Amino acid sequence: MSGGSRRSFSIFSLVNHLVLVLMALVTIVPLYYVLIVSFASYEQVISRTIYLFPTSLDFSAYQVIFRGAGVIRAFLISTLVTITGTLYSMAMSVSAGYALSKRYLPGRNAILTGIVFTMFFSGGLIPYYVIIRGLGLINSLLVLILPLGINTFYLIILKNWFLTIPRSLEESAKMDGANDILILYKIVLPVAAPILATISLFYAVGRWNEWWHALLFITDHRKLPLQNLLREVLARVSQNIGTEMGRTIAAMRRPIYTQAVRMAIVVITCVPIIAVYPFLQKHFTKGIIIGSIKG
Amino acid sequence: MEDQALPAIPVRHKARVRILKYKYLYILLIPAIVHYVIFAYLPIYGITLAFQDFSYRRGILGSPWVGFKHFEALFAFRGFWQVFRNTVVISIMKLITGFPIPILIALLLNEVRGSLPRRFYQTVYTFPHFLSWVIVSGIIFNLLSTDGVLNQTLVALGGERVNLLTRISAFRPMLYVTNIWKTAGWGSIIYLAAIAGINPELYEAASIDGANRFHKMLHITWPGIRGTVGILFVLSVANIMFAGFDQIFNLYNPVVYEVADILDTYIYRRALMMGMDFSSATAIGLFQSVINFILLVGANLFVRALGEEGVF
Repeated sequence: MSGGSRRSFSIFSLVNHLVLVLMALVTIVPLYYVLIVSFASYEQVISRTIYLFPTSLDFSAYQVIFRGAGVIRAFLISTLVTITGTLYSMAMSVSAGYALSKRYLPGRNAILTGIVFTMFFSGGLIPYYVIIRGLGLINSLLVLILPLGINTFYLIILKNWFLTIPRSLEESAKMDGANDILILYKIVLPVAAPILATISLFYAVGRWNEWWHALLFITDHRKLPLQNLLREVLARVSQNIGTEMGRTIAAMRRPIYTQAVRMAIVVITCVPIIAVYPFLQKHFTKGIIIGSIKG
Repeated sequence: MEDQALPAIPVRHKARVRILKYKYLYILLIPAIVHYVIFAYLPIYGITLAFQDFSYRRGILGSPWVGFKHFEALFAFRGFWQVFRNTVVISIMKLITGFPIPILIALLLNEVRGSLPRRFYQTVYTFPHFLSWVIVSGIIFNLLSTDGVLNQTLVALGGERVNLLTRISAFRPMLYVTNIWKTAGWGSIIYLAAIAGINPELYEAASIDGANRFHKMLHITWPGIRGTVGILFVLSVANIMFAGFDQIFNLYNPVVYEVADILDTYIYRRALMMGMDFSSATAIGLFQSVINFILLVGANLFVRALGEEGVF
């Protein structure tokens, strides 16, 4: 490379990194700001011109959360729904994905088309609501598990993955008289561990983040998942009089910065996501989504 | 292969034999089929609500048919067109502002030498994708609140406090910006994957021929990702009637309804909160689905006419 182009190389590199660092800051600062507000008191925030670098931490908001206020219960509900929902989804998607990976299966193409069609056309909110109501799922935690049983996108990723396993792997087992279900669970799944881990994580994050079904179908406040509890706390502009949150704050017998409590709930809701993020990150960069969008 | 093995068996019998032969595979498939029938195809059948006067007492099967009555009423109603316009404007603006950014990020990241800094940027940019819009709305409220860092900065610079969430002129731009914040990093991954699939020899050959960074970007990288861009463009256009319920529902408030209310939020509020009749609400939903489907086919034709693959 000549001297001239080396020089333009480094200037370009510098500008490029500047842009990328700026974008990284724009991404991080709002998250950081949630964290510091959750550890702040009202006096700390307004005593500064710009509150960005706290000198002391106030744990009151977290005390409110751990004294009750419904947050722990909602957290446990979300955890329960996430774990059972992920297991259910994996069982459904792995079974179907494996069967659909068999090109010789009669009717396979028709079924696949029927499934992919639902990605592009749906009945809309109201018919869906009427059907779920008709099934008696209102106020049942099952409504956060069953209707979300299969994510078509993940089903297709699994199907495509199963297409890549060599036939020889299954054929020797078939010779020994094993049936397809046995082959799937005894021979194919052990080899599929990495993809199963990835898809499970994606399902789990989806379950954890799910709030729409609870918004529509869970009216009993004591059954709301964490996301919906957070929604309610965020929506209440003034104090939380008459709510669990309000009672807990009142019981503290000292002024509590409501915004800090809200942000503490945001933080707590993020914790599981942050915990699995390194694993998610490891997998999605390996190109899990390539080739899957076309089905 | 099966055809050779079973030459003399009549067709119907043969089908039964084949089904029996694969019965374990069908057993694996049945739960999924039941799932899609109940949670996808029953609601699709429920579209018939739009052509009935639905009441819970009579149910989907017993409510009287009324033809296109609800559509006529809807199309004659000005409030509906207001919401329709909001939906189209917000969607198209999100497409214009949000669609190119992931491509840009991918191109910039591709120019970063060394996998460590590249992984760092990617890790940061992708994170918001994994947060729900409920959480992101909390993050946004926190930034924009009266005592929040934005207002503190404005005051420090000698300005007035503003509430962007209740300001009609600011609400939509806020939607576009926050949409980019949450989705752009994740969106770039698919382009990076496409770039990773380009044969590195092309770049080497171009360097030998004296091509610089921008020549290579224009003549190798861009053609290498154009197919992916086409597919994602089709999929985005096919969602224009869905302007982003999750985002808007968690961020809007009555003050900004006139610019923020989209078909999905309108259906939700009217039918499930305010008791609008379910048949009219279903009619709106069908209207959305049909337009989206037409857009899907149209965008696909368009992309194919440009010489790309399209979705189907």
